[in-house]
Amino acid sequence: MAGHAASGAAGTGYRGLTGPLLLPAWAMIGIFLLLPVLLMTLYSFLTKEFRGGVDWTFSLAAYDRFLLSRGLFGDEPPVLEWTYITIFWRSIWQAGLATLICLIVGFPTAWFIATRPLHSRALWLFMITVPYWVNLLIRTVSLRFLLRDQGPLNDLLIGTGLLDSPLRIINTNLAVQLGLFYSYLPFMVLPIYAAVERYNFALSEAAADLYASRWTTLREIVLPVVRPGIIAGCILVFVPSLGAFLAPDLLGGAKTYMIGSLIEEQFKGSQGNWPFGAAVSVILMTLVLIVLMVYARARGRAEVR
Amino acid sequence: MDEVVAVRRVVKRFGAFTALAGVSLTIGQKQFFTLLGPSGCGKTTLLRCIAGFEDLSEGTILLEGRDIAGLAPNLRPVNTVFQHYALFPHMTVAQNVAFGLKMQGMAPGPRLKRAGEMLELVHLSGFADRLPSQLSGGQQQRVALARALAPSPRVLLLDEPLSALDLKLRQAMRVELKQLQEETGITFVFVTHDQEEALTMSDRIAVMSAGEVRQIGSPREIYEAPVNRFVAGFIGETNLLPVRVASFAGGMARVVLPGGHQLTCPGAQTAPTGTPHVSIRPERMTLVPPGSGDLDASVERLIYLGTDLQVLARLADGTALHLRMQNSARATPPGAGSTIGVAIEEGAARLLAD
Ligand SMILES: Nc1ncnc2c1ncn2[C@@H]1O[C@H](COP(=O)(O)OP(=O)(O)OP(=O)(O)O)[C@@H](O)[C@H]1O
Ligand SMILES: [Mg+2]
Repeated sequence: MAGHAASGAAGTGYRGLTGPLLLPAWAMIGIFLLLPVLLMTLYSFLTKEFRGGVDWTFSLAAYDRFLLSRGLFGDEPPVLEWTYITIFWRSIWQAGLATLICLIVGFPTAWFIATRPLHSRALWLFMITVPYWVNLLIRTVSLRFLLRDQGPLNDLLIGTGLLDSPLRIINTNLAVQLGLFYSYLPFMVLPIYAAVERYNFALSEAAADLYASRWTTLREIVLPVVRPGIIAGCILVFVPSLGAFLAPDLLGGAKTYMIGSLIEEQFKGSQGNWPFGAAVSVILMTLVLIVLMVYARARGRAEVR
Repeated sequence: MDEVVAVRRVVKRFGAFTALAGVSLTIGQKQFFTLLGPSGCGKTTLLRCIAGFEDLSEGTILLEGRDIAGLAPNLRPVNTVFQHYALFPHMTVAQNVAFGLKMQGMAPGPRLKRAGEMLELVHLSGFADRLPSQLSGGQQQRVALARALAPSPRVLLLDEPLSALDLKLRQAMRVELKQLQEETGITFVFVTHDQEEALTMSDRIAVMSAGEVRQIGSPREIYEAPVNRFVAGFIGETNLLPVRVASFAGGMARVVLPGGHQLTCPGAQTAPTGTPHVSIRPERMTLVPPGSGDLDASVERLIYLGTDLQVLARLADGTALHLRMQNSARATPPGAGSTIGVAIEEGAARLLAD
């Protein structure tokens, strides 16, 4: 019996750490993941203090405000509040569109890099990541500068006679999309690159050998095989886009207001409302979690099949 | 028409490196044709040229009389069993096997039925719903075979399809593969660097080295009538003896062996270039009393091989010689250091072209 137990331990010994060695991992998860989430959830059920901060009494006011409208003075019968749901919906839509654009541009880019000779791949990857050495805020502000009515882009377009009057980009959806695209493209490129690099091109040859055209090969063989990379990229772009506030704040206008900005405002200055900001965050996180879980379930089922 | 594939003076260069240096061969209908050669001699490259994965630097390949230079791989009625299987990892075994049929537009019902038949043929009926990663190497190889056979190609290209199997399974698969080829009537182009495999399975063998075809012929021709030193040495064991050619006419030569004895032997169609050599298989020589045979040699070592004894000897001029004698009670083996006479069987020596 003892021998059996020992061999069992040896079998798993290569897979993971045990006992005290796990402590740092658990400490990290506890301090940087569980604690903040618990705190945030806790705050969402507290009462708002006047100049930001919270009063330690239980309240559902934050969720009430998100979901229900009770008129200006709070005495009318409650109806569904559409303001925030609309913002959510718009954010999901914006983030989804940004993800799609990143995918359309990122996939060929990743493919291109992964099929370069080995020694030049590192250089291409380096070039993709170089802009990210500059702070996101600074990059977004620069983009605003570039795109504004009297900015370099419009100067160029008018200077070359392509346009008579400046192209209005700033404060439009287009600007926000550009901002999101520019912010998160590498998060799409890198995981897809990793997947394509591992892709065995003999599979494409085998498909061609069995009468598949190039398009069919892409659809039936390449995409399914590199799918984990594509999905990782989509998640990595979609999730931060959903909570982004720099791009919508600096590049967008009132019509492109997104959840990130809404949350950000709740924690800024005396206008803020911490419990409400926390509640919006909790709702956002729950939504993201549900999406990821549905995906994980679907994938698990696909793998069992 | 009898010839299915005709390769004409095909040259393939990778940059400055020449992988195929003017290969010409024709492969007949329903033939089991083997490309045999050492690692790196260009066997895979030639298969890839036929399948359409490599553009030719020079030359042409005809498939049933048609030049297929411009034809993409998916338009060639040729299927490949890849050296490293290349099974689709996200598809089940059955889906893998049915893939070619699906691409040909066969409906799901019939194609799954045919996939089932193919799996039966390679003895994998119970594995239809597994993923390739859940199979052993040998099973994967058989799936690759079934997948390539399913669309009934005109020509099946097999790149060392038995290399991943253990000896027992490999021997069994040799027989099965040969049977399969005879039953289906599909032309097989089979790549191997295993000479035994080539000899036992093939109708014709092309022996390659360094991007060139060195000899084409039936297994018997290749083994018994090698035309050059490379083929003689690569297929089986042989003795290469330097000789002087006394006369040469119409493929028959009179040669002078080391030690002065003369011999008439068949061989190359053209007069040999460089130092002429004859090739003599070890089993075609017999031990005789010294002075009464064609050669005299001194014994250096005896090696016990079970059924045989291998006698390693040396001629007076230093040429190494090895021969075999059956391990029987009737024959007394010579002692090391003793001098023996060696008789060469009639027709056993072949004059080589180089
Ligand atoms: N894409 C390529 N680029 C450069 N050289 C190549 C390429 N493909 C093959 N070669 C070279 O061509 C030669 C023949 O290769 P090939 O794969 O045809 O050998 P092979 O006979 O199939 O060997 P093996 O028995 O080891 O499979 C080798 O020297 C190889 O290095
Ligand atoms: Mg090879």
